This record gives sequence, C-alpha cells and structure tokens, in this order.
Amino acid sequence: MFDLLIIGGGPAGISAALTAVNRRRSVLVLSNDYRANPLAKAPHVANYPGLPDVTGMQLMEAMHAQLARSGAVLADAKAVQVIDMGDRFSVATPSDVYEGRSLLLAMGQAPAAALDGEREYLGRGVSYCATCDGMLYRKKTVVVLGSGPDAPEEANFLASIGCAVTYFGRGERPAALKEEIPYRKALKYAVRGDGARMTHLEADGTAYPAEGAFILRAGVAADSLVPGLAMENGHIRVDEAMRTSLPGVYAAGDCAGKPYQIAKAAGQGNIAALEADRWLETNR
Amino acid sequence: MAVQHLKTAEFDEAVSKGLVLVDFWATWCGPCRMLAPVIERLADRYDGSVKVCKVDIDEEPSLAERFGVMSIPTVMVFKDGRQVAQTVGVQPEDAFVRMIDAAK
Repeated sequence: MFDLLIIGGGPAGISAALTAVNRRRSVLVLSNDYRANPLAKAPHVANYPGLPDVTGMQLMEAMHAQLARSGAVLADAKAVQVIDMGDRFSVATPSDVYEGRSLLLAMGQAPAAALDGEREYLGRGVSYCATCDGMLYRKKTVVVLGSGPDAPEEANFLASIGCAVTYFGRGERPAALKEEIPYRKALKYAVRGDGARMTHLEADGTAYPAEGAFILRAGVAADSLVPGLAMENGHIRVDEAMRTSLPGVYAAGDCAGKPYQIAKAAGQGNIAALEADRWLETNR
Repeated sequence: MAVQHLKTAEFDEAVSKGLVLVDFWATWCGPCRMLAPVIERLADRYDGSVKVCKVDIDEEPSLAERFGVMSIPTVMVFKDGRQVAQTVGVQPEDAFVRMIDAAK
C-alpha cells in the first residue's frame, strides 16, 4: 500500500512524485516507458526554466533520471482500471494490482475517441487487455490495433499463444513486431458484427474477418479508468488545488486541461502532491 | 459466507436454485484480481441469500466456452439455473448489488 499512486510519468507525475517523496510519502508511479512520452518527441523546448535549448528527449531523460533517484517506486505498466475501495484505491494493470491511500491522475492528453462499434462489441470481441483475454482467443483470428508503446509486444504475445494475428497501425510497421505477424496500415477503423458478436474489422473500407479486436492504446480515457470522475470539455474537472470530483483523487498536467505546457504540468503536479499530503494527514 | 470455487462438473447443480452470482476470472489477469475483494464483500453482504461463486477459466475452459466468455472479468447472475444478467469488466460493489436486486 502506497500513500500516493500516480498514473503517468510525464512532467506532472514526476513533479508530484518528487514533492510527495519530499514530504516523506511513499509513492508509486505507473507509467509507459518514458521514451514513449509525447514530450520525448518534441524537437525543441525553449521555455522550461533552467534548461534552455534542450530537446524533449533530453528534458524527459533528465526528469526521469531525477525520478529514478528520488525513492519513488516505478512500474512500467499501463493502468487499465481504478476502483475506490472506500478506504483505499486499487489500480489494475494488465497483470498486477496496486493499492494507494490517494490517487493522482497525470496521464496526459485524452486518447482518441472510441471507434465506431468499439463500445457495442466490448467484451464480445473487443478487448483492451491482451494479457487478460488472449487465452480466450487461442486458435482464433484476431486483429491488433496498436497505438500504444507496448502494442507490438502484446501482439507478439498473442501470436505466441496461438492466435492468428494481423497488426494494424497508422504509421510504419513497428520494429518490435515479430516478422511472421502481417502488418497493415490504415487510418480509419470500425468494429463490425452481427449484433451479438464482432465478425470483422473495417479498415479504410476493407473488411477483415476477425473474432477479436485488441485495441491497445497508450492509455485509457480518464472517465473509463475511474468510474464517476467528472469531466469538463474532454478534460478532468479540477479546482484550484487540483482536486477532482472524487475525494482523495487529484489530477495534474495535460489531462487536467489547457495550456499543454511542461511548466504548467510540473506546477500542477506540485500543487496536487501538496494537497494530497494535506488530505492524507486528516483523512487516512 | 465464503465464495465458492466451481468446477465444470458441479456448475449446473450449483446454479440450479435461487440467485447465483458467478465471477469468471483467471490468475494472470490484473483486473480480475482487483475485483476479488469486491466479490468477497458481496459474499459477506448476502450471507448465503445469494450464492457467490467464481470460475477460474484457466482450469475450466469449457465453462468459459459454453457461456461465451470473451473478456475477463465477466460476472453473470443466474436465477434458478437461467442466466439473467451479465457484465464485463471491473465494477464497483454497488453495480453488482443493483444487478442482483434487478434479478430478484
């Protein structure tokens, strides 16, 4: 059990972790690989105080190195579900469960909207978790829609347990994808079925028969991840102390609203950690 | 009352009378393990008036196949042997209470 669970290892999550550790709180940061953080793709960062003229990757590396030295525990895993257990929060990753007395959401900008047919066939062909559901699709034809950094490895896992996998992406074929897995590039997707079950994926107008579609994004939409969380214009609703609509749950950085700036994210992470510390003092 | 772990051979008998909640799960699945304490609370809450059971789909693949389980955790409610409700994914305790009450 940790004092503070942080979902997201970008500037907001890292700033919050450093502050919370400073306050002698135990902290877990759940994050995708920092090299896959959107900031790492920025060619040039010119307005972050103290570090002029760095690339996004350099800044991300510096921040991550500081986090790694801080005493916070890091887990390279994607949060797929959060549940409020009354006296604590449980966060599930595809293969583990973590518990914390308070929770900070710092997972960055909202992932793309659901595909046509995605919600309709959820649990009836559509899955977000290859680790969980792969075994139910052994010897079956499945498609992987990969946009998250771990998607190629999850596709390899599905192939290794005996699923017939075709991988779909919007860019180039991922280097980590096993050679025997066919890759198709398409931009527009829809999940189609007969009403009871998914029957095929439609990709740029072409139908690909499949019993399962593993939709593997970098993250889960905040209000799907945390049931009951109030949103506002696509962002998590927060007050001036970064409190969300749920007691003990905070949000910081891009997921908490514009502007999408590194300094703003770090500042909000700092405020959220201080507020969580204060809340823990009186409530847990 | 404790959660019952059902095998394929005893399944039909176990769900044949009254209200029975069944959680289809597996050890390798993080969300399933997160749901476990919620299922235990339901067993305590209903204290036998609703039977609360679990099926490990790794050990009982034929039950998963028979009920068309395609994603775990999947929770089903049976009434006198007939499946009357189903939900996929982790839900808070209240959601299952509503599901059970609606089936009464």
